[in-house]
Amino acid sequence: MSTADLSVEQLDKRFADHVAVDRLSFAVERGSFFSILGPSGCGKTTLLRMIAGFTVPDSGDIRIGDRSMRAVAPNRRPVNMVFQHLALFPMMSVGDNVGFGLARRGVGKVERARRAAAMLERVGLAGAAHKRCDELSGGQRQRVAIARSLVLEPTLLLLDEPLGALDLKLREHMKLELKQLQAAFGTTFVYITHDQSEALVLSDRVAVMNHGRFEQVGTPQQLYYQPETPFVAGFVGANNRIDGRATSVDTELVELVTPQGWTVRARRSGPIAPGDAVAAFVRPEVASIERDAGQLPPQMTCYAGEVQSLLFDGANSAVLVVERQTRFEFRVALPQTGRLADLAPGARVLFGFDPQRAICFSTAAGAAGPTSAASADSANA
Amino acid sequence: MVLALLLSPALLWLLALIILPHIELALLSLRERIAPRTYAASLAQYRTFFAEPLYWGVFVRTALMSALATALTLLVAFPVAWVIAKVARGRASSLLFVLCLIPFWVSETVRALGWLILLRESGVLPTLLVRLGLTAQPVELLYHDATILVGLVYTSLLFMVVPLVSSLESLDNSLIEAAYNLGGSGASILRQIVIPHAAPGITSGCIVVFMLTLGNYLTPNLLGGKNSQWFTELIYTQFIVRFNWEQGAAFGFLLLGLSTAMVALGLRLSGQRFVDVMRRA
Repeated sequence: MSTADLSVEQLDKRFADHVAVDRLSFAVERGSFFSILGPSGCGKTTLLRMIAGFTVPDSGDIRIGDRSMRAVAPNRRPVNMVFQHLALFPMMSVGDNVGFGLARRGVGKVERARRAAAMLERVGLAGAAHKRCDELSGGQRQRVAIARSLVLEPTLLLLDEPLGALDLKLREHMKLELKQLQAAFGTTFVYITHDQSEALVLSDRVAVMNHGRFEQVGTPQQLYYQPETPFVAGFVGANNRIDGRATSVDTELVELVTPQGWTVRARRSGPIAPGDAVAAFVRPEVASIERDAGQLPPQMTCYAGEVQSLLFDGANSAVLVVERQTRFEFRVALPQTGRLADLAPGARVLFGFDPQRAICFSTAAGAAGPTSAASADSANA
Repeated sequence: MVLALLLSPALLWLLALIILPHIELALLSLRERIAPRTYAASLAQYRTFFAEPLYWGVFVRTALMSALATALTLLVAFPVAWVIAKVARGRASSLLFVLCLIPFWVSETVRALGWLILLRESGVLPTLLVRLGLTAQPVELLYHDATILVGLVYTSLLFMVVPLVSSLESLDNSLIEAAYNLGGSGASILRQIVIPHAAPGITSGCIVVFMLTLGNYLTPNLLGGKNSQWFTELIYTQFIVRFNWEQGAAFGFLLLGLSTAMVALGLRLSGQRFVDVMRRA
């Protein structure tokens, strides 16, 4: 535990009508970038507010730097927070914003100005101390918010979806900048977001949160390639979800049939018995599409399909095909060479995927948590 | 054209009931009666004011008491506005607002008479104090400066609460949380975040309350009686009792000058611009 900057033990918070955080325990290693990824209403904001001290947990403990925060007021915690809309103080200059926390600690005026200027320089805003906050661009304001927190040298920096309000181009840029800042300062970052791309790009470890619990905690690669629950498979990255019943199960593979009668095979994850309700997940990039049989790799099971629409998005282009007999919609990534970019809706194609690279979970009640709400194609790129 | 039509009631009102009478009053205040029905232009009315200590004494007293009443109103209204804007939610917040409004359903005269019933020597409060053994004899609670102040604060409260609520409502809660998060205490957040943000609302509330208080006639007169020495009473006396319209008009202009000067001073001290402040009111 000594290397953990944040450890949460059996944390519980219930509101009148629902459970926000459900007996949650986890630890965040010193100096790491930890993300909590989840849909809105999953409890991630409540969790963050409890760490910051704005919300009081019903039970459980939060330890920061090995000190229990149970009786510590929000203004006495070694935690600083970057708010969703940054919450820069509009009545103060940039320098006074950065110096605010130092002033509260009794740092003298001259020293305060010096440290604020030095911190602004470190985040690439040298000489901006006298500007007003509304004179800065979105990205610069972001950096002021981070500088204002980091100048206090907190044990932990909490970030509440700080990129949510930025436009796409700037968001991509700030992602990179955040990662570089975290590496440069070495402060432990706890970042909450509903954007899986932010979580994957930025984090050392990501926790996927749903209904007040962590579905899975792991590296971005683990979450992407080895999801442990149907929710994680559906939420992280684009995935084709195929619901059905298991017809035969062996040590490795499950064969399932959809209600419309489409039969597919996928790698088994967890115990599954024939007859169980199951869901298979196939990533669009795992599947292949060709005009003629024989061009698909031999280990793939081949299905006849029809192009429904072409979803052009540069390197993320995909084609939506429907399986000929069952009309099941299936998303296949297009080769990046542009080879099949001329496919037209209605074209007859063959598609398939390697069952070893598809994953199948039991969705029987109690087996893997609530998943019924997820759609067949939960692509949220 | 449409704009002129839409504005015409307000412009007519302004011209007929405010500007024209004031021009007439200005002319009145600048003349002196030298013989029956014979008048000459003169500054005598203003000279009388400065020569007579009672007049300018009452003038200064009225200004100071009004400033004090404004400050007290701000102190009382701020927590109320804070609760309405930031603590209470939804219906509770509207209900509190209505509670502030309810006294204004009753006319000011009736309200002031209500205070008389409560505070006079044989009234409710002195009797209660005797019953509780706190005073041996019923005490006269009317006709004190404190009584006048209480009445003025009570009368002005709503006019302070309304602009304060609107300026506090626009304060983003995350600013307060951010300040706490950065180590701020309640006092430093009030001083550095809340008050600077609410400054236009505070200033506009103070201006309105100060003007209303300075020009109030009824409340000081009823609650302070002969001791009230409120400047509006001097004006009333000149116009109605002494029939000295020239002197009354001069007093009126002095009061107008006073309120203008105090408002300008208030704006200067708080670093606000009149247009911004009035937009908030």
